[in-house]
Formats: sequence, C-alpha cells, structure tokens
Amino acid sequence: MNTLSSAWDWLTSAANWSGANGIWNRLGEHLFLTVVCLALSCLIALPVALVLGHLGKGGALAVNISNVGRAVPTFAVLVLLLLSPIGSYGSWPTIIALVLFAVPPLLTNAYVGMRGVDQDVVRAARGMGMTGSQMLLRVEVPLALPLILTGVRIAAVQLVATATIAALAGGGGLGRIITAGFNLASTPQVVAGAALVAAFALIVETLFVVAQRLSPEWARGTAG
Amino acid sequence: MTAPPDDCLARNEWICGEYLSTRSEILLDAVLQHLQLTLVAVLIGVVLAVPFAVAARRWNWAAGPVLGLTTILYTVPSLAMFSLLLPVYGLSASLVVAGLVLYSLTLLVRNILAGLRAVPEETRQAARGMGYGPIRLLLAVELPLALPAAMAGLRIATVSAISLVTIGAIVGFGGLGNLIYSGMNTYFKAQVLTASVLCVIIAVVADLLLLLIQRLLTPWTRGQNA
Repeated sequence: MNTLSSAWDWLTSAANWSGANGIWNRLGEHLFLTVVCLALSCLIALPVALVLGHLGKGGALAVNISNVGRAVPTFAVLVLLLLSPIGSYGSWPTIIALVLFAVPPLLTNAYVGMRGVDQDVVRAARGMGMTGSQMLLRVEVPLALPLILTGVRIAAVQLVATATIAALAGGGGLGRIITAGFNLASTPQVVAGAALVAAFALIVETLFVVAQRLSPEWARGTAG
Repeated sequence: MTAPPDDCLARNEWICGEYLSTRSEILLDAVLQHLQLTLVAVLIGVVLAVPFAVAARRWNWAAGPVLGLTTILYTVPSLAMFSLLLPVYGLSASLVVAGLVLYSLTLLVRNILAGLRAVPEETRQAARGMGYGPIRLLLAVELPLALPAAMAGLRIATVSAISLVTIGAIVGFGGLGNLIYSGMNTYFKAQVLTASVLCVIIAVVADLLLLLIQRLLTPWTRGQNA
C-alpha cells in the first residue's frame, strides 16, 4: 500500500506534470504518435483490404499477414530499425514499427468485413446496373463498416499500448515515465507511469465503444 | 601490439557467424529463459482459464463480468502491466510470468467459452439421456468438443506470449529480449538480429507444434478438413 500512496503523491505533485519530461508533454507525444500512426496505417491498409475484399482475392494473404504480425515482437522490429540507417531520422523508426503493427488488424478486419457482405445484396446491386466502384462505395463499404471500425478500434488500442515500447528504445511517449522510473529505481514513479498508460489505453477503448453506441444503426451492425 | 581481428564482429555486421559460434552459450541460456517464461505463463493461463470459461458457460450472469474483466486486462499495455505488478512481485521472473498470464487469459477464456457454447444442445441431451452426470458431461463431451476452438486460442496466446516476453527485458527477465535490449544499448547489430530472428523461429515452431497436437487430439475433425 505504501508504494501506491507514494505513486499517488508522485501523480498529484504539480512538478511532475510540467516541463519536457512532464506528464503533459509525454501525453502529447503519445497522442501524436498514436494519431499519426493510426492515420498512416489506415491509409495503407484500408484501400488494399477494400479492393482485395471487393475482388474476393488475397484472403489468405490478409489472414497470414495478421498471424505473422503477431509472431514478430514489436520491440525487436523497433530496435532493428533503430540500428539500421533509418535510425538516424528522429522518430521514424518508432513510426514505421508502429505502423507495421497496426496494419495487420486493420487489413484482416476490413477484408473479413468485405467478404461477409451478403452476396445476394451485391448481386442485386449489380443487377441494378451499378458499376464496380459504385458497388464498392455505396453497398459493400457501408455494409462492412461495423467490422472495419472494429479493426480501427483494435489498431488504435494496440497503438496506444505499443507506443509505450518506443520508450524502451529512447523514443517519446508515456512509456518514458516508466523507463525513467526504472532508471531512477523509483518504484512509485514506475507505478504512476504505468497507471497513466493503462488509463490512457482504457479511455481510448471506451471512446471507441461510446462512439460505436452513438453511431447510427446501420454503422453499428446487428451484432452490436 | 597486435592488430585487432578483422572479422564480422569487429566490423559490427548484421549477420555474423562468429557471433553464433562465440556466444552460443549466451544464446542458449536466453532461449531457455524465453521458453521457460512462455511455458509457465501459458500453462498457468490454461489452468485458470478453463474454470473461468466453464463458470461463464454454466451461469449466464457470470459471463459478462468474466469477459469484461479479461478484456480490460488485455487493454492494459504490456510495459504498464509489468510495471503495475512491480510492487507485488518485485524485479523477478514471476513478475513477467504474472503479466503474461493476465494477457493469455483473455484469449483463452474467450475461445474456450466460444467452443463450449458451440456444443450442440442435442449432443448434450443425448449424453444426459445416456446417464452422464454434469461432471462426466463436461469432461467427456463438452470439453473435447470445445477443443478445436480452445486450441485456436491457445495458439494465439502462445505466439503472443513469445513475442511479449521480450518486453520483460525492462526488468531483466526477457529471455531473448535481454539480448535485444543490451544489443541496442551497445549498437551490437549481430546480437539484435540473431535474437530477433530466434524469437520469430520459436513462435513459428511453437505454433506448428500446437497445430500438430491439435490434430492428434481431435482425430474426428480430420475427415472434414481434408
């Protein structure tokens, strides 16, 4: 209990919130990394998944990429990029490693969502004379939206969690508070930092769940 | 004065046979620690997950809290999880194992529960009609039929655990992660690459091994898959 109350003291002392190593700055870095990487991964994964899903090809590819992604430790990729020539360009190793890990869930969920669209509806749309792109944008994507958004949610939460690991390799973000705590042998700071990161991850998860609840019926899907 | 040896270690190359031959003991120790941490964590995870899943299946009111709690645990980032457990376990291997157990619980409970729920009602009624009691029904009918789904969860949990062990390097118990961490600090390229590749190899081999075990345990599904 003593550690917990010291951690609370650490969290509530104003000095720990300001400055370059302060909580606000680290939170900003964490948010920046998460948002940039989520946007980049969506830009890369979603068009590919939607087109593959529309054509009905490459399913094995989408699923296998996801499985391989799980087997490769983020930390290893981050350090490998850091030691390669890319390592000399600021936060690029972190961003690349994070994008690599956000792409698989996005790809798989979007592909599975596209393939799950009722084929009768697709045939009906074709019968009405819709072109391929019309079918994709006006029929398939809206119907696949719940699963696509689930993929975005999984990717976002995974990014928040993985951005922490960047700190192990000297990057920014909330993980820095934890690693700094380890270096100072200050258990209260480690626990306080961990609580902050956990709270941030849970808030992101909750925001997505609430957004999904509030969204119109057709975007939610029947499964809820 | 003798000239420094001009081998791949001195040149700090990514791929280096010298590294493999001179540091084979360190590598072996790291691999063993990696395997040990994963194995213990996944075994404890399975032992805990089965009663949770069975309880959630039997009593409907238990399903919500069990799934909710395990999902929340899964959302907590790994570095944070290891750190939050620090006051409880201190800097020890149990800290890493405890963190990994909490992660594998989500995947295992979900999949075992899905497997149990997929057992057809007629099958259960037939077993009851043959005089099976609730325990025998669970052990001889429900759990075996839930095995394919449970094994799928076990495979994902194991592969994830193998890659998560590396984060344990923050407390000094990360198996191959330790080598990656120290290699990063000293810019030792061969060590980082070798340890990373070994991690992936372990994950792939473990996955294939579990797939093989699944095939051996569920001979009745083989005809359908072929």
